[in-house]
Amino acid sequence: MSRLTADNEARARRIMALYPRPKSALIPLLHLAQSQDGHLTDEGMRHVAELVGITPAEAAGTATFYEMFKFHPVGRYLVNVCTNISCALLGADELVAHASAALGVKPGGTTEDGMFTLETVECMAACTEAPCLAVNYRYRLRVTPEDFDELVVSIRAGGVDREIPHHGTLARVRQEIPEDRMAGVAPPEQARTAPAWMAAASEEAG
Amino acid sequence: MMAADGYVDCAPGYVANEGPKIVTGRFGYEDSYALARFEATGGYAGLRRALETTPAAVHQEVRDAVLLGRGGAGFPAGVKWGFLPPGRHPYYLVVNGDESEPGTYKDRLLMERDPHQLIEGCLIACYALGLSQCFLYVRGEMALAQERIAAALNEAYAAGYAGREICGTDFSVDVVLTWGAGAYIVGEETALIESLEGNRGMPRLKPPYFPAAVGLYGQPTIVNNVETLSNLGWIMANGAEAYRGFGSESSPGTRMFAVSGHVRRPGVYEVEHGITTFRELLCGDNFARGIRDGRELKAFIPGGGSAPWFFGEHLDLPLEAKPVGAAGSMLGSGAVVVMDETTDAVDAALRLVRFFARESCGKCTPCREGTVWLERILQRIADGRGRPSDIDLLLDVSDNISPGPYPTAADEAQGLEAVPFPPRQTTICPLGPSAVAPVASTIRRFRSEYEAKIHLREAIPVRAAS
Repeated sequence: MSRLTADNEARARRIMALYPRPKSALIPLLHLAQSQDGHLTDEGMRHVAELVGITPAEAAGTATFYEMFKFHPVGRYLVNVCTNISCALLGADELVAHASAALGVKPGGTTEDGMFTLETVECMAACTEAPCLAVNYRYRLRVTPEDFDELVVSIRAGGVDREIPHHGTLARVRQEIPEDRMAGVAPPEQARTAPAWMAAASEEAG
Repeated sequence: MMAADGYVDCAPGYVANEGPKIVTGRFGYEDSYALARFEATGGYAGLRRALETTPAAVHQEVRDAVLLGRGGAGFPAGVKWGFLPPGRHPYYLVVNGDESEPGTYKDRLLMERDPHQLIEGCLIACYALGLSQCFLYVRGEMALAQERIAAALNEAYAAGYAGREICGTDFSVDVVLTWGAGAYIVGEETALIESLEGNRGMPRLKPPYFPAAVGLYGQPTIVNNVETLSNLGWIMANGAEAYRGFGSESSPGTRMFAVSGHVRRPGVYEVEHGITTFRELLCGDNFARGIRDGRELKAFIPGGGSAPWFFGEHLDLPLEAKPVGAAGSMLGSGAVVVMDETTDAVDAALRLVRFFARESCGKCTPCREGTVWLERILQRIADGRGRPSDIDLLLDVSDNISPGPYPTAADEAQGLEAVPFPPRQTTICPLGPSAVAPVASTIRRFRSEYEAKIHLREAIPVRAAS
């Protein structure tokens, strides 16, 4: 499975309708493609490119800039350990070494059973709660080696399935605007005047 | 942190210190992100008040409040808004929620814990300026923030606070949640716009300097930080005068500061702007409570990983952009990283430089090549393979990215006068010069640590002649 499913294609079209130009939906749509397969496939990227009206090379050009897009299979759970300054000051190195030993892979590697990929990452904005890590972008704070071992056991036992979706799925809540609630989105070429409400609002007594 | 009506501590890292609370007031409620809680605690009152007056009056109120941008540059939002060229519609609002400066932790909390407060701020800005659409760009890695904002937007649309005919008036605007996919540089406003256009997130050539002139789709665009916009609801509900009642005259209101590293009580604090000093923030009972384990302060970074370092003699500077800039650093994004005497200066500099090397977008040669050079040289010094010429080499590479004297605080012992921030640069954006900050700061102050690592290295094995 690589092209978007019918459901996801319909979702993609709804996302595109929120932007004045379809290409602005490219990154959200690439995430959608990644959520199907756990990584971005050539076919998935090609389909997204078709939808937004660009070439597959342009889509790949954008996708390869961003480190969350993976072009090869990764583990079902992507474990990102922060190693930036605040975490480094409070034991990130030790945590990475422990995680590496516990999973039996070096940073960048994936366990043989395809469960875990371990990565070192830069600041995740949890600096006061160092050292921190994220599993499929769900945070764990002030993580000790013991916490890490418990987390791995819990993940393997399915204990986090409700909280942490498989790699590729980001937000599970989506913005959905009912058609009758939309203010209306137009390409910039068709919106050359001030919004209609502006004139009346400006005249109202203060 | 327990009180009546369900007030509990549920924002990890946030410390409800004593003092005025403008943007973090709801953080203690377990359901602080829900519309019902927001409405029950004064939410959307600022939007309603704005809608009762004219857009121009709202803009004036924000100007009068002297609301300084909270993203790093500290430029007054009301003045920035004034840069929109008249009559060149459509105008757009892009919200910078791509928080990723090392040490910075505030916008993620604001987005996760109080998304409606942010949405209210977006709507007020759209009304004040006659904007056609708002894009709320959240960092890709922040899955929970994305979910909370999506849910809040769905609530706001359903309740008539966003979209068509807001609060029963003619005012109509769509607020769209969008997100990235992992790239620090997208925090630079023109790179953010490139990303929102579906491109690689590389900063645009300047001039034009301001997206207010040429931004999204080439149209005038306001880019504001999450914390900046989160203040607007309070300002409109309570007035600019009340806002100026907090903080100092030139820096009114409050700011969120994340204090991390070697302190007894690391945390995110809402602090009165301009009147609190670093000493209070780092050592005060109301804040971080001093260096851990009774140790000595070695250095601290006052404004995120890009900022030149400060030391003990700078503790009495106020948390205010101007004096911090004049002393050779920046208040930046409200991120204070504290290092005690056990910290290895070379290793700490390497951490930060490696970050900039990883995150350089590759557009400008001095940054693309220079940051990697800096990282490799620092790495070999840290590994005990440094060369005597390496310190000069580090300074030379730094000078190629940021020519001339690099900003510094005054240092009597070394006979250094303060060189004000920001640095000069040979690059389009400040990422390259930011990588120089930890290098210049540590070489100036801890040169002996570099020399020790270089000269005390293990002897190089001599290959036997064959």
